[in-house]
Amino acid sequence: MSKTLLNMTKKLPKLKASPKEPDQALLEKFYHDMVLIRRFEEKAGQLYGMGHIGGFCHLYIGQEAVVVGMQAALKPQDSVITAYRDHGHMLACDMDPKGVMAELTGRIDGYSKGKGGSMHMFSREKNFFGGHGIVGAQIPLGAGMAFAHKYREDGGCTVASMGDGAANQGQVYEAFNMAKLWNLPIIFVIENNEYSMGTAVHRHGATTELYMRGTGHGIPGLQIDGMDVLKVYEASQIARAYVEEGHGPILLEMKTYRYRGHSMSDPATYRTKDEVDAYRSEQDPILQFKDYLVKKKKAKEETLKALDKDVKTLMKEVADFALESPLPGEEELYTDILIEEVA
Amino acid sequence: MTDFQTQTVRDALRDAMAEEMRQDDAVFLMGEEVAQYQGAYKVSRGLLDEFGDKRVIDTPITEMGFAGLGVGAGFMGLRPIVEFMTFNFSMQAIDQIINSAAKTLYMSGGQMGCPIVFRGPNGVASRVGAQHSQCFASWYAHCPGLKVAVPYSAGDAKALLKSAIRDPNPVVFLENEIMYGQEFDDVATDPDYILPFGKALIRREGTDVTLVAYSIMVGKAMEAAEQLAEKGISAEVIDLRTIRPLDIETIITSVQKTNRCVAIEEGWPVAGMGSEISAVIMEEAFDYLDAPVKRVTGKDVPMPYAENLEKLAVPQVEDIIAGAEEVCYVGA
Repeated sequence: MSKTLLNMTKKLPKLKASPKEPDQALLEKFYHDMVLIRRFEEKAGQLYGMGHIGGFCHLYIGQEAVVVGMQAALKPQDSVITAYRDHGHMLACDMDPKGVMAELTGRIDGYSKGKGGSMHMFSREKNFFGGHGIVGAQIPLGAGMAFAHKYREDGGCTVASMGDGAANQGQVYEAFNMAKLWNLPIIFVIENNEYSMGTAVHRHGATTELYMRGTGHGIPGLQIDGMDVLKVYEASQIARAYVEEGHGPILLEMKTYRYRGHSMSDPATYRTKDEVDAYRSEQDPILQFKDYLVKKKKAKEETLKALDKDVKTLMKEVADFALESPLPGEEELYTDILIEEVA
Repeated sequence: MTDFQTQTVRDALRDAMAEEMRQDDAVFLMGEEVAQYQGAYKVSRGLLDEFGDKRVIDTPITEMGFAGLGVGAGFMGLRPIVEFMTFNFSMQAIDQIINSAAKTLYMSGGQMGCPIVFRGPNGVASRVGAQHSQCFASWYAHCPGLKVAVPYSAGDAKALLKSAIRDPNPVVFLENEIMYGQEFDDVATDPDYILPFGKALIRREGTDVTLVAYSIMVGKAMEAAEQLAEKGISAEVIDLRTIRPLDIETIITSVQKTNRCVAIEEGWPVAGMGSEISAVIMEEAFDYLDAPVKRVTGKDVPMPYAENLEKLAVPQVEDIIAGAEEVCYVGA
């Protein structure tokens, strides 16, 4: 485990379940899903630049290994919630990229009929509970979802993700306190991409070792290289087992990096090009993983190329779908405000 | 035929929760001091004993956190009743109430309903100063995606709370601290007796002026109507029961008959319910008005502590009578 983790707050109790090695199919799925997210976000960036997507749009490029490794450790009854940098989470949850992109373009075939936008998408079917625009608000919501898993005794757990910026919000600690007090089945994830919008982590955090932020509430923390999908997967399985075996909440800090600005309107002048280039060339989650697969002969280059091609073809279809889908009808203005009661 | 009994508002609310919890396992109550302490105002008396600590849950003092937790549980299909010790503390949680509970159904294209009730005492309390003495009715009435109930009698409190708990939407349920101990003889014993939202009640019929009120002010309006009758003015008293949805039809029909209206509330005047009611009357019944609509509201000041100043800050029966006389051009 020392190889998997960068740091941890304390040794975890002995767990019954131990992490599994990913099989061939899962390795290929990791690669495919990370490429899918990367290409999806690039396409979203393009469509934004062309004026087809409006408002706020927060891209996930650079952070792909986090959600892909996490999601693979979950069970079908588990639920997921995050903030507004959410496209990657939705694709990892197996939501249809066409529905996600059509939401970005504000069309009727989007997951929220075009009424939510980039930051507000949901899928009950895939247990994805958003997509929330208020920094940190998703963490008490996630605690409530975990409360429901426990109340119903359905064996599920919740993954509630936040950025390093959200880790300073008061309500996050309110949620930590209740989650531990009531031993809720929840994995808190801090995706530390180094910047809270434009403020570097050392400029916004009195302590920058974010995996320790649950310590005061008795929540163990693990720090993981979030650019390495295999390490994310292994740590996530440990966290899932810890929660399932009744130990209560656990906190994972994923050390990661976003290549693009905070949102589409951010030129990211608060960091150097060299810094970004270094991450891209040395720690890119997709390139690193591809190297690993090829060097270790876990996958043939042709197979990966075929996957790349599939994703490229899909993205063309996704973009066409998102642009061809109609705008919501004007009658949609007044629907979905309240659930109409059955008399 | 439904039987009605005499109960305090406090016990009627307790029975509403207990009956709904018996009917539906998904209903649970959480909040500060709701379990072992039996409620800061004893509204949840006996519930811990009957339902256990899985369903009657003492929270830490952490309003934003437990409001958000309740909303998350609601998204998952549970039916939380979240008690605020007073609605003053809901200010800590208002982001979760509005941004998470009220808006998510819309933002999700209809997928993410949240059947939750936020309840607790609201309005002017007694001698507790500005931070613990305020009416939040118009704040919540402002927001699409919420329903807002403001019951007056014990029977209404019970029947509306039961409706609120069964409602698939988020409901803000504003009780009144001063009225918890007040008895009414209108409390239905039938556990299936509920009242619909958006239907006001004409508590007293009259022909000269319409008094529109909600919550504790209904009682003051009734007293005012009694005294006005002695002065030869026949006042009709409308108890709104809910303010979102607002029963505009009942207000307009009454004003078409009386041609005069006084809108009464404890809250501040600026952008208050009275402002809304008078605007709606102007839009929909302007030609029926024989006088401008009069607002009788709390004064536009933070609530003072001193006994004499506090009394001045809150609408009194005399203020309502003066308002009614003004729109009836009596003594002018």
